[in-house]
Amino acid sequence: MKAGLSRRDFLMGSGALVVSFSMTPILDPWALAQGPFDTHRSHIDPEKLDSWIAIGSDGAVTGRTGKCDFGQGMYTAQTQLIAEELCVSLDRVRLVQCDTSITPDQGTTSGSQSTPTNFNNHGLAQAAATAREALINLAAQRMAVSPKVLTAAGGFVNAADGRSVSYGQLVSGKNLNLAVDPNAKRKAAANWSVLGKPVPSLDIRDLVTARFDFVHNVHLAGMLHGRMVRPPEIGAKVLSIDEKSVRRVGGIIKVVLRQNLVGVVAEKQMQAVQAAAQLKVVWSSGSDLPPQGDFYQHIRKQPSQDTLIVDSQDVDQKFSRAATVLKSTYAYPYQAHGSVGASCAVADVRGDKATLWSATQSVYPTRQIVAAVLGLQLENVRVIYMRGSGCYGLNGADTVSLDAAFLSHAVQRPVRIQLSREDEMAWGENYGAASVIDQRAALDRQGEIIAWECEPWAVSLGGRPGYDTPGNVISGALAGYEPHRITPRKASAPTGSLKNGSNAVPSYAAGSVGGTCYGTGTIRSERVLTHAVRSPFFTGPLRSPLRLQNTFAHECFMDELAAHAKADPVAYRLRHLREPRLMDVVKAVAKAAQWEVRPSPKANWDRKSTALGRGLACVAYEGDNGYVATVAEVEVDASSGRVRATRFVIAQDCGPISNPAGMRNQIEGGVLQGMSRCLGEEITWDARKITSTDWTSYHSLDLAIEVPEIECVLINRTDVLATGAGETAITVVAAAIGNAIFDATGTRLRQVPFTEERVKTAISNHSG
Amino acid sequence: MTAVSLKVNGAVHAVAVAPETPLLYVLTDELHLRGPKFGCGLAQCGACTVLIDGGPVRSCITPVSAVKSAEIITLDGLGTPEKPHPIQQAFIDEQAAQCGFCLSGVILTAKSFLDRNPRASDDEIRSALAGLLCRCFAHARMFKAIQRYAKMVRS
Ligand code: FES
Ligand code: FES
Repeated sequence: MKAGLSRRDFLMGSGALVVSFSMTPILDPWALAQGPFDTHRSHIDPEKLDSWIAIGSDGAVTGRTGKCDFGQGMYTAQTQLIAEELCVSLDRVRLVQCDTSITPDQGTTSGSQSTPTNFNNHGLAQAAATAREALINLAAQRMAVSPKVLTAAGGFVNAADGRSVSYGQLVSGKNLNLAVDPNAKRKAAANWSVLGKPVPSLDIRDLVTARFDFVHNVHLAGMLHGRMVRPPEIGAKVLSIDEKSVRRVGGIIKVVLRQNLVGVVAEKQMQAVQAAAQLKVVWSSGSDLPPQGDFYQHIRKQPSQDTLIVDSQDVDQKFSRAATVLKSTYAYPYQAHGSVGASCAVADVRGDKATLWSATQSVYPTRQIVAAVLGLQLENVRVIYMRGSGCYGLNGADTVSLDAAFLSHAVQRPVRIQLSREDEMAWGENYGAASVIDQRAALDRQGEIIAWECEPWAVSLGGRPGYDTPGNVISGALAGYEPHRITPRKASAPTGSLKNGSNAVPSYAAGSVGGTCYGTGTIRSERVLTHAVRSPFFTGPLRSPLRLQNTFAHECFMDELAAHAKADPVAYRLRHLREPRLMDVVKAVAKAAQWEVRPSPKANWDRKSTALGRGLACVAYEGDNGYVATVAEVEVDASSGRVRATRFVIAQDCGPISNPAGMRNQIEGGVLQGMSRCLGEEITWDARKITSTDWTSYHSLDLAIEVPEIECVLINRTDVLATGAGETAITVVAAAIGNAIFDATGTRLRQVPFTEERVKTAISNHSG
Repeated sequence: MTAVSLKVNGAVHAVAVAPETPLLYVLTDELHLRGPKFGCGLAQCGACTVLIDGGPVRSCITPVSAVKSAEIITLDGLGTPEKPHPIQQAFIDEQAAQCGFCLSGVILTAKSFLDRNPRASDDEIRSALAGLLCRCFAHARMFKAIQRYAKMVRS
């Protein structure tokens, strides 16, 4: 992990198993909004082996992990990891995920940090390696031989002389009573037989036959149903409530009010729905929202928290002497997680105890938040993860968890809260942030880049609640807790090392701080100044947060520069890169896509027929957390403005691959989600409220689309640490599509989404 | 509350609910079925899909009183983990899911369409899948799984 300082390093400092999460010195509000993802001390001590691994008297292995599976394949991959390190078959492993009574505190499952946290030399991997060595040592004692002559296989420890003893006999269901050994040896990737193999998803059979329990399927004895009543406008406050207005609905247990958080609890779900619709609440009027039409202008004028990420201090001078200066501005909208299922949670708060069944990706932080908002002792609160609808960030799961806790607390009975679709989309989730990004580059006479300056503005409000900020999600804020806010501040000179966790620094810049180049590129004259601006809406870490927005701007702008220099976009990129892993994925994707070497745009489009083009984009995710390049091929119909991607080729290097089948699934999903976000997705609002509240007003690609061909080139490097793989591919999709549209038509699109209207207008303006 | 009798996955169930209650709430809250799910409540996503007399119906907007004596099949009743229905097996073979929340809509809609239109072209299959959402975007594998099932019904 040489290049740059990733989110992980930034928050936890590398190497240490247990590091406390400190609120004060964090500079990047986006890093804060991600929540902590490292391993923390709790009542389940992560330094003790028994916290992670248990061996049953039958020799079956139970693993306990603080990283959960919400569809990204972590369940299968972590089961493989344990099976591999303990030398047992997959069916001998049982994995318990994220339950504050059972599993260690690993903060939040997010930020492409589960693989780095649990598959390198700490966390679950290190515990599993320790357990294997411990079993071998126990066998050595029992057989009175050196552990060196023993090997573990199939749940037995075998000696060279033919003797063998089973794990069950060695441990006989007792605790191992050892510390996790930081020096325990992981099995070398070359010897893996389960890890690194394309193991099919272990839960798919239960999923397709509907035997899998989602949080939506939790039923408790005496459980009630609740629905929330959200404000009609953003910023509206409760003036009065007429509880009598729901008297005619049967089965009503209670109308619950906590500051501006309003909900109803009833015997049956239908009654809760009816009561929520009929409850008369007088609300104050909301606050005026900045008009959507000039939102990107608006955010530039707001007070901002500024950070200079790199500044070589010679940029202005280079620009004044450049042969050519090119400038562009890119814009990216608010987007929704828009999970298919509206979020749900079940809480059982009685007396001084609370249990919460939740799809939160942060069970321990949520436990602390629930204890705080309900005034309970931490040890009396248990949060149990159960899968919700696939999320990839911060959908309504955390908000609805607090809703359920508040309502169950009010009635002292178990309550299930199901958000409505509108609640989910307007009052449930934390949106992916809008951003506007100015780019400026200086070229010499040969068209080579001699200076690059980038200035992104990105909005932010709230984020993951972490351990102490319930107001970071909507229900917490409605109940009266403050969200984390941007503090306007001028930037000071960058110090320490490069902080490129949001990919604000383009891959082609040297990323130099204090005289050391941490970046992946060659351009030494560089200046990147970021502005974090207070958002009118709650924001959160939607898959590839800001990394996607910034990469869209960098990779399209790089394409503009290459076009200006009349250079082939691949060759031009390679000339300005120096990180071999990034260069390798670029070369690999060009080869696999049979990239035609020539500048863009393609010559001789007749402006009438369907235009065909190809575009490339690449990134070192977060500077060093995965390397990816993609080639997109598109068809553009100029008369309708319709863009169809026909093929994607992706080359990806995330270090040693835990499960190539799972990785392919993640890449395919990431590419298509990226395509949907690029072509149609945008949150909309009017003067006082969100107007994209369902699937007719928020545009997702459905199952009827003609799916592009997707080809993956997986580069498996076993000599480096494992990085995340869930957010890499999506990061480059919008840029690759934009570059392909330019290649096809000569028209550059600088604002996502590339709606038909926008594409059509851009192409016809371009011709005029 | 009215007593309603429903034929679900081959068994008859008597439940006491308000007649306007959406079928979905009866299936999930009263019968504790896991297949149909609340996605939108607006007939816009398909997560709540069940088969009624073989045809796909969005149970989130279907009042339970409208079902009468019709035969309801949910994803739970299509096959078992030990003996999945061929279309479920096709989804397993193609590894066509991520979170799996959307599967009732995708599997039941495709099954019903192909059972009734075994010779459907890929384009016709696509049209039949309109208005179904998968926000994990497992589209590519799902379509392959459906094509695999299409081959089976044809032969
Ligand atoms: S839940 Fe019925 S269609 Fe979405
Ligand atoms: S698999 Fe998650 S919504 Fe389809």
